[in-house]
Amino acid sequence: MARQRSYDGAVVCAPVTVPYVRFSPESAHWWTGAALQELARLTGLGPQDFDGFCFASFSAVPDSVVGIVQHLGLSPRWMDHIPTGGASGVMALRRAARAVQARDAEIVACVAADTNQIDSFRKTLADFSRFSQDATYPYGFGGPNATFALITDHFMRQYSVGRECFAKICVAQRDNALSNPYALMKTPLTHEQYMNARPISDPVHLFDCVMPCAGAEAFIVTTSKLAEALGLSAARLRATIERHNAFAADPVQTRGGWARDIDDLWRAAECKPTDMDMVQVYDDYPVIVAMQMADMGFCKKSDLAEFIAANEFTIAGSLPLNTNGGQLSAGQAGAAGGFQNVTEGLRQVLHCPLGEQVPDARHALVSGFGLVNYDRGVCTSAAVLEQEVLR
Amino acid sequence: MTDSLTPPRRKDPLKMTRAGHVPPTLRSRAAKAMAVRAGQGRFVLQACDSCAAAVYPPRDRCPTCWGPLSWRDQPQGAEIEAETMIRTTTDLFFRKHLPWRIGAARLDAGPMAIVHLHGDVRQGDRVCMELKLDRGGNPALFAMPEVETPNMQDDPQLRVFTADPKYRRILVTDGRGPVGQAVAQALIKAGAQTVFLGNADPLMRFPGQEQVAALEDAELVPLNLTDTRSTRELATQLGGRVDIVVNTVGLTRVGGVVFGGKLTDLQAGFDTEVTGLMRLAQAFGPAMSGRSDDGVNAASAIVDVTSVYGLTGKAGFAGAAASAAARLSLIAGLRGEMQRSGIRVMSVLTGPVDDDRHQHVPPPKTPPVQIAKAVVEALIKGQETTCAGDMAKDVMDRWQSDPLLAIREENQ
Repeated sequence: MARQRSYDGAVVCAPVTVPYVRFSPESAHWWTGAALQELARLTGLGPQDFDGFCFASFSAVPDSVVGIVQHLGLSPRWMDHIPTGGASGVMALRRAARAVQARDAEIVACVAADTNQIDSFRKTLADFSRFSQDATYPYGFGGPNATFALITDHFMRQYSVGRECFAKICVAQRDNALSNPYALMKTPLTHEQYMNARPISDPVHLFDCVMPCAGAEAFIVTTSKLAEALGLSAARLRATIERHNAFAADPVQTRGGWARDIDDLWRAAECKPTDMDMVQVYDDYPVIVAMQMADMGFCKKSDLAEFIAANEFTIAGSLPLNTNGGQLSAGQAGAAGGFQNVTEGLRQVLHCPLGEQVPDARHALVSGFGLVNYDRGVCTSAAVLEQEVLR
Repeated sequence: MTDSLTPPRRKDPLKMTRAGHVPPTLRSRAAKAMAVRAGQGRFVLQACDSCAAAVYPPRDRCPTCWGPLSWRDQPQGAEIEAETMIRTTTDLFFRKHLPWRIGAARLDAGPMAIVHLHGDVRQGDRVCMELKLDRGGNPALFAMPEVETPNMQDDPQLRVFTADPKYRRILVTDGRGPVGQAVAQALIKAGAQTVFLGNADPLMRFPGQEQVAALEDAELVPLNLTDTRSTRELATQLGGRVDIVVNTVGLTRVGGVVFGGKLTDLQAGFDTEVTGLMRLAQAFGPAMSGRSDDGVNAASAIVDVTSVYGLTGKAGFAGAAASAAARLSLIAGLRGEMQRSGIRVMSVLTGPVDDDRHQHVPPPKTPPVQIAKAVVEALIKGQETTCAGDMAKDVMDRWQSDPLLAIREENQ
């Protein structure tokens, strides 16, 4: 395959996180507005100044990006709606970057926002996708926990990965979350607590599951020139990949689309896994974190147990992982869960973290994984971010 | 192995009855088409008309070549690749039935499927897949052990997908006729706790009365389906403890439309079979709906034994076929209503019954014991439509492949 063209000229700036809450009576529109208000504060720009708008949400129904644009008074000449949940952040990033490079837009606000009203989790599940309605939910209605329990059960057996491996990931992410003032989980998690947690859908236990919440994430994609004019620190995109419905013939999911495209990513980025100062991978369940580390080329799947044992995933560790605590410890704000990996990676390379800084961070690997349409996550994406300039 | 069911204890009248919720009911049109086949006891998946690939979950086009899809019978073998025990859910039905086991099954037909697991099935096992209907009338893949295990039918997850007569209290509406009597005996043999046999005219003796009286777990009760008050009175007495109703009432009279048909026969037939079915449903349906998730002897099914000629009409039995047609129509409506509360509505279709009213009809005819066998089978499988005997099956097959041709054939 031909090598991906560079993203020269397009930069990413202004990571925004609207602090999460467990339950919110507000709408996705409200949360989107809150994220845009924060972008306005950082840039000094208003609704008429953003000529591009990229949106991701599950709870904005019946509205799509169109409804949001009118609701919030935007008037973009380029817009996009990304329905891929956990893969949406990187997808927004690469689409917006190409739009800016081609000057279809000059400054794109990328926003993911979801609310979590008292009963919205059950309602979102009940009409999530047609295959789920027909062939997943009537089977015990365990939600994503049950689907990922099947994937985890199979993965653990296939690659001799034990719960202690997942414990190490979850405990490290909780440690990372403790410095993040916005994280919903504020108390340390011990190995014993993880191991003794109550089973939810065997072998998935309590601390393998994210906590659904309300929140919003946002960032800006614009030109280097405009970023300079606005006085914003900026990162560039070294390379990106995206793949959907890969390996459809695999009986139970053991790999994501990354496995198919990862060589293209590293070749286009002109770097390798060990060049990354941290990784921000999608973490709806720890098995997916492990799967991504292998699919991204950090180790072979058969070596995962050793790789996890040999590394420390805290901010000060050998491979800082999900440095804001990830969704497992900061909370899963719907589609914003697919953006928080981007905003956290961006913050670390721009040296404006919510919590502790990864020392001298210049490179971040961000990867997304989304949409359990039936029995597996269908959408995958990844990007390498690099610090361009600090202002 | 499965623990044998324990006979239910007498119910504490002060306790709240568990509400009869149904699992999630939203389905695509394709999934509803799968339910239709499930209701006939078939194991089907869609296969592509162009490339023959089998697909699942139900789709509208082939994902391999985009060709159109048709429902085809498929091999039932499968292997369980992964399993989980669900311990939390937000669904009102499953919440009361936790923990619930499901698995990822690699079907011999090709696709992967998420399936319900029988208690004797484990990860790595070869299984026999069955396509069942859930309480809401929707299709459900259920993995059974490949070889029979002890008390296999008593598995609590499986029992949710059946109306097994074991330990249930069953009303058979016509104890005076040979069909009702045969059905009662078969149900008792299948483990029913009690069979109540309707007697429309307690002052008149009837053939088989001594045998019925000698049945240990059977009890004659006054029930005349042409009399609204009689039906209501019985429901008032028994409604809260009848788990299954089997309607065996029939009034078959010989005659055509112009030649040999009597209006009085037609009216009597409609009153007994059609209005009678509605009286029965109105009297017993509400109480059954309220008890559809009430433990081992939860209310579970209404079975209507009807002539298969309701589908086609029948030369020489025009009036009887017309009331059978009306019964089938009422049953379809009743099924839609009772699905909302988890009660199965089933049809057992018969050919000409081997009784006095069909003396002049040449064999094969359907003997009452065959009807009884079909009723028990329908309940054990939880199946919607069951043909009792070869005659009914033959008419059904011809009607399914070409309805208008079958109608023409049966009326010449």
